[in-house]
Amino acid sequence: MSLIACHECDLLQKRTDEIPPHSKAVCGRCGAVLYRHIPDSIDRTIALAIAGLVLFICANVFPFLAFEVSGQATQSTLISGAASLYLQGMWALAFLVFVTCIGAPLMQILLMLYIFMPLKFGRLPAHIPLAFRSLREIQAWNMIEVFMLGILVSLVKLTKMATIIPGLALWSFVGLIVVLTAAATAVDAELVWQKLDCNNGKR
Amino acid sequence: MASAKQASRISALNAGMIGCHSCDLVVNAKDDFHHHLQCPRCGANLHSRKLNSVARTWALIIAALVFYVPANVLPITTVVSLGKEQSDTIMSGVIYFMQSGSWAIALVIFVASVFVPLMKILILVFLLVSVQRNIQWRPREQAKLYRLTEIVGKWSMVDVYVVTILVALVNLGVIADIDAGPAALYFAAVVVLTMLAARTFDPRLIWDSKEEVE
Repeated sequence: MSLIACHECDLLQKRTDEIPPHSKAVCGRCGAVLYRHIPDSIDRTIALAIAGLVLFICANVFPFLAFEVSGQATQSTLISGAASLYLQGMWALAFLVFVTCIGAPLMQILLMLYIFMPLKFGRLPAHIPLAFRSLREIQAWNMIEVFMLGILVSLVKLTKMATIIPGLALWSFVGLIVVLTAAATAVDAELVWQKLDCNNGKR
Repeated sequence: MASAKQASRISALNAGMIGCHSCDLVVNAKDDFHHHLQCPRCGANLHSRKLNSVARTWALIIAALVFYVPANVLPITTVVSLGKEQSDTIMSGVIYFMQSGSWAIALVIFVASVFVPLMKILILVFLLVSVQRNIQWRPREQAKLYRLTEIVGKWSMVDVYVVTILVALVNLGVIADIDAGPAALYFAAVVVLTMLAARTFDPRLIWDSKEEVE
């Protein structure tokens, strides 16, 4: 039997060893989620992270919107959005957009692969506590779904001015949102720490 | 949903233990509570409560409130169209959408840019006062309010992204050109500061004073 302290209210509780698949244990006092049971967590996370990587590349290589008015056209990729803010002298804002829409999702995918690929083959990657903590931290700053809402608002704003042509990157972007959200919920933290425990025991 | 069985209603702190914030291992800290403890499993520094949570959260909220003013007063975009130049603030953008009949978009921008940041600040102020004054009102609802501030926080960024997209796309010189205004930066600062404030606040403080009451 092991104990768990609720991370939101600090209540000490016993861990129940077996909870049904796809269910979660919640704190008896404040209702926060304590832990989940995700079957095939490692396989799921790897599969979704690889899919995410492909979609991420598509979302960044192709233009997501083209704007056409009286014969003249401009198109924009994700990175050129941040770049045009930088060129206007708003480097802080450009940095923020870059981190939340390009840096954070990419780091999330790479860290997932870095942590779970070795685990899949029975090995423990170096610096796994640091990598896992970084993954947690970075997920909070991944805002691609908010960016998507921004695209929708811009579409409505611009349709009166000109012709807007959605690009391939837009659809990749929608896919990326779905895949990354699923990947984040497929991660079973307890599983990672148990592997670390086993490894510490061996030494 | 399975509810974890409870040993008894006691917090880790009162039991002389610390739950590792990184790997959830519960560590016995009775002997040396005041030393710098490290988690034996993952090596993270152990803290029973986030350090100086109340003071830090206050500082971030006050900073956010200061930036909230220029974010709403200064123009967020400047549109140049066939020689005419027009500056828009966040509110004038909302009003423009309402007048042009796009009610849904007006609502999205108003909620995300005006309502949510202010609501987040007010909720955090309430939680801080509640912790400092030992207010006993429904801790479970307070915990829910806290979770709400964590979830909705990032959606305020939507206006910053709209500006980014418009600036990148509409770049045709005299015919049509959109520049980002100073409010965009202040507004982004409000969003980031309130997100940091929500992460700095320690929800365990809500429950610390309620242990005996239950």
